[in-house]
Amino acid sequence: MSGVFKAVMGRAIIWLPYLWLLIFFLAPFFLVAKLSVSQTAIAQPPYLPVLTMGEGLSGWWADFKTFAFDNYAFLATDSLYWKGYLSSLQIAFISTLLTLVIGYPLAYGMARAPRTMRPLLLMLVILPFWTSFLIRVYAWIGILKKEGLLNQFLLWLGLISEPLTVLNTDVAVYIGIVYSYLPFMVLPLYANLERQDGTLLEAASDLGCNRFSAFWQITWPLSRPGVIAGCFLVFIPAVGEFVIPSLLGGSSTLMIGRILFDEFFLNRDWPISSAVAVLLLLILIVPIMLFQRSEARAREMAKGVGP
Amino acid sequence: MPSSPPKQAGAPSGKAEAGGSKPSTAKAVANFRKSFQPWLEPDTAPFIEFRNVTKRYGAVTAVDQLSLSIFEREFFALLGPSGCGKTTLMRMLAGFEEISSGAIYLAGEDLSGVPPYRRPVNMMFQSYALFPHMSVANNIAFGLKQEGMAKGEITDRVAAMLALVKMQDFGSRKPDQLSGGQRQRVALARSLAKQPKLLLLDEPLGALDRKLREETQFELVDLQEKLGITFMIVTHDQEEAMTVADRIAVMNAGKLVQVAPPVEMYERPTNRYVADFLGDINLIAGRVKSQSKGVVTLETPAGQRLRANDDGVDLGNGNVWFATRPEKLAISRAKPAAKLNALEGEVWDIAYLGGQTTYKVRLDSGEMVKVAVLNATIDAHDPITWEERVWLSCPTEGAFALSA
Repeated sequence: MSGVFKAVMGRAIIWLPYLWLLIFFLAPFFLVAKLSVSQTAIAQPPYLPVLTMGEGLSGWWADFKTFAFDNYAFLATDSLYWKGYLSSLQIAFISTLLTLVIGYPLAYGMARAPRTMRPLLLMLVILPFWTSFLIRVYAWIGILKKEGLLNQFLLWLGLISEPLTVLNTDVAVYIGIVYSYLPFMVLPLYANLERQDGTLLEAASDLGCNRFSAFWQITWPLSRPGVIAGCFLVFIPAVGEFVIPSLLGGSSTLMIGRILFDEFFLNRDWPISSAVAVLLLLILIVPIMLFQRSEARAREMAKGVGP
Repeated sequence: MPSSPPKQAGAPSGKAEAGGSKPSTAKAVANFRKSFQPWLEPDTAPFIEFRNVTKRYGAVTAVDQLSLSIFEREFFALLGPSGCGKTTLMRMLAGFEEISSGAIYLAGEDLSGVPPYRRPVNMMFQSYALFPHMSVANNIAFGLKQEGMAKGEITDRVAAMLALVKMQDFGSRKPDQLSGGQRQRVALARSLAKQPKLLLLDEPLGALDRKLREETQFELVDLQEKLGITFMIVTHDQEEAMTVADRIAVMNAGKLVQVAPPVEMYERPTNRYVADFLGDINLIAGRVKSQSKGVVTLETPAGQRLRANDDGVDLGNGNVWFATRPEKLAISRAKPAAKLNALEGEVWDIAYLGGQTTYKVRLDSGEMVKVAVLNATIDAHDPITWEERVWLSCPTEGAFALSA
């Protein structure tokens, strides 16, 4: 009896994460997917059909027959959407490169700092997370606006004679994204660089390699898993970013997260915005899967299992 | 400079014995090794010279005012306990550590300020430090590529290096697909690929199991003879040092304690530290009674007279140690001949070690003495056993005196 119980419990523990995914990921996703094939309606909620238990399976079947891909067809007809997707991918891509360029030296410096200093430096990277993300983005408005800190500082230095327009431009969006996602780049890079065996560099030096060359031949290739992890951790959420473009970006800053928000809250067109969300997920599935694969390969490498 | 009593000249080194079963083509090399004692020739210029080298880490002195000369084609071993400064000394030679004061000369040139990648020295690391993202062949080719050697030449050299360490079939493997012994070979091949003037080996065999380590020791010796490169090895394993080295330097607390060939180091250590560090030693306290013709007579507190070699050292008339190695002592039930040093006691413990048996004998004066006897010489029908009364004896030449 207790053996059966143990077996059941063992299974349950294995299934628990799946159950979690089912409730908090798969079920909401199906709701959104269902919404995306529904029709807009002036009603509460603002779409049809609404799934109810009242009419049983036959009622569901009747509803199912009304599902259509009109909303997706509409996304294709209006250039706003595909321009939004492309612009989001572009902004996310450039932001990811910028985070890498800034984050790599930062992580490198941290990993090469005296051992006793490292926990402090790590703490400083994580510290911003203690404040609300929204408040930190708002703070950038104060810095970037016409009479903000940045312009005051540049005027005081005499580098500019009149205030620059930074806020409500793409530049402000880049600044916001790079600032917000920098820790996601630095942390995996630091974890990788800190673990690297220092004697490898000594060996390279011993074999006639100067420091610069040793970095490109040893440190950089060995840090590839960290670079890939950091880039995906920045790129994937940055594509769907909504808060930063809507607070810091201008009216011309096109990002899909913002379009989604507008469709949902301003147009109250839930089916269209759901279609936008589903398409975004499909676009991101490719990089997400690439990320998963490289993570799996990095784990295998760490275990010492060769190809 | 190392002490070098002329009476040791001509004594075969452990190395010459090791090469005894080699084909006759290697005979010339073996003969060369037998007479290879450049440290005894005052005109030979040293290949490496440490001059008053000191290394301090904050308040800690890792290497203290150390001077040492190493000669071309020598296989030199730095031996000592962990933390004695031997690795620091080697790393200063490779260029990984700055010297606090003093200087190191290589072939007459001051190495100060020369970065590691400009020194004609290669090192084999204790952890091997193979580049995990490169194949075995690329690991070996790494140093050659830095030199800008032509592609075809690199391919040939890599193939030759792989053949040298008998790893021809493994060129395309990654380091994590190799066993510990194979990695050790690749690391050795990589450090030899640039044909350095001097190869540094930092505990090169530390990660191998005992049997493989012993085999590899002899291979290292053969390799060094074949290539004619100066080798400097750092080890804490005294057997390893004795097997491979022409000369050994024993270090302690940042200083050299003694520098000598293995035989001399073992047979005639100049002080108690070396005697203790290299093999087993029995020490009996005594006071000098008289000293003449290279023999010192000393008296134990119990009033017993013992005679030992004095190695030409004036011991004065203070306290000294009467020192013998376990295998120099004979054990018997009967009282030994009068001219031998004789000690009486009781068998305390017996350890059978296959080739030999070690007896721990408690002398009547209270000291515990170790005696090693070859099992081939033991009477199997009536062996000496626990708690028996026995006599230990050794001739004058089998013992030496160490100043207290």
